[in-house]
Amino acid sequence: MSLRRTPLFAAHQRLGGKLIEFGGWEMPVQYSGIVDEHLCVRKAAGLFDISHMGEVFVEGPMAEVFLNGVLGNDLRKLVVGQGQYTHLCNERGGTVDDLYAYRIAESQYLLIINASRIESDVAWLRAQHEAFPGRDQVRLDPASDRYGAVAIQGPRVVEFIGQVFPGASEAGTAVSRVTDLRKNEIAAWRFGGQRVWVGRTGYTGEDGFEAVAPSETVEALWDRLLAVGHIGCLQPCGLGARDTLRTEVCYPLYGHELDENTSPLEAGLGAFVSFDKGDFVGRAALWEQKIQGVARKCVAFQMTGKSAPPRPGYAMYADGGATGTVASGTQSPSLGVGIGLGYLPAAAAVPGGRIEIEIRGGRYPAEIVRKPIYRKA
Amino acid sequence: MSSQVPNDLRYAKSHEWVRVHEDVATVGITDHAQHELTDVVFVELPNVGRSVKAGEACAVVESVKTASDIYSPVTGEVVAVNKAVSESPALVNSAPFGDGWFFKVKLSNAPEVEGLLTPEAYRAQIGA
Repeated sequence: MSLRRTPLFAAHQRLGGKLIEFGGWEMPVQYSGIVDEHLCVRKAAGLFDISHMGEVFVEGPMAEVFLNGVLGNDLRKLVVGQGQYTHLCNERGGTVDDLYAYRIAESQYLLIINASRIESDVAWLRAQHEAFPGRDQVRLDPASDRYGAVAIQGPRVVEFIGQVFPGASEAGTAVSRVTDLRKNEIAAWRFGGQRVWVGRTGYTGEDGFEAVAPSETVEALWDRLLAVGHIGCLQPCGLGARDTLRTEVCYPLYGHELDENTSPLEAGLGAFVSFDKGDFVGRAALWEQKIQGVARKCVAFQMTGKSAPPRPGYAMYADGGATGTVASGTQSPSLGVGIGLGYLPAAAAVPGGRIEIEIRGGRYPAEIVRKPIYRKA
Repeated sequence: MSSQVPNDLRYAKSHEWVRVHEDVATVGITDHAQHELTDVVFVELPNVGRSVKAGEACAVVESVKTASDIYSPVTGEVVAVNKAVSESPALVNSAPFGDGWFFKVKLSNAPEVEGLLTPEAYRAQIGA
């Protein structure tokens, strides 16, 4: 199967990005180097192509009721122009996908879903929609082929983002300038004659924005951001840095910390599951887990001695013969040590606990730490 | 980015270089390989005294993103390893043909060095 390319493919080639396969897409893993890009986002600003991610618009008078019955978080908390992190779960409480849901108008929602899950999510949503009594009053509009997106992340982004999205917003949260958006708020601006949705969200642990734009506009948006971003030392960044940045702050990556056999509660994301909003797909199974306690939990850990970096799939050993598996692992560019996330039996999943990670036949000491692993000074 | 390919070395297809002095071969990875890896964060070296065969995996180099095996291009016994590179893995990036060397092998089959790639052949392989 040939790999899919984003509207920014030519831009990545021009900028010397090293391209790899990710979730069926041909994406840049790095430009100048993962460590350099990572540290640039921590201290200045980085620009990421996230056009591989999927978009689904859900609209109509019953859109909120429909979505609240398939998503774990409580959508009723959102006023127009707000977004929330949430999950699509199956009946067993396993995770079909983790996503952001934005309420962009009174009866219109925008879901930002994972690249590798676009087909699964759309099929799942269609099946749920088919079974929804009010389906005539809800329209699903999968729009991944018509939209691209970029993330602009880092403490200095606020210095230049207003040049790209000048003035007041035209939809979503009403703000007089883009930097007035608060965390998880979203609003629309005109760019190249097209409507672009800009959310104050990200996947790096830094302040920043994500902009969703029609595909034909994305390259001009990318170029414009790079042109004005020199004020804030903006650098293009690849998926390598995106992965190390999110691992340091313990954000889950679908396929690693989450999958159809893993619940948001096991992943430590129970704060994003609402049990008091009424029924939703997976609620019964998740409630059972909440009452009984989960059997295994996702922990963050840090290597305590000299070792190679931990990698996904490596075995974890805790006291009393408990074993687990590393879900994500890397060398932390910010901390200079090996870090990771992994699943252990709940009894062993306690911050401060000493564990060992098996690397090529040897066992190396690590410590379970509180999330996030990296905190801004 | 054009990579250096020194003329006084021989090369393996798997991107190691060999510098032979009398009957001892020093082994490292090429400038091209370190560019591809970027940001080397860990190097695991063989034990001194280990016997290695040409083409055998006997060291590991890890970047932020991946772990890669390093193959001995020659057959013989490991007689020295570069402790400096395991202390400071970034030497692989900054001096791949110098202080970033990996290990030394006492050759037991010296003629096999002639079977390794010449600088011209390696340049052709990497398109340099």
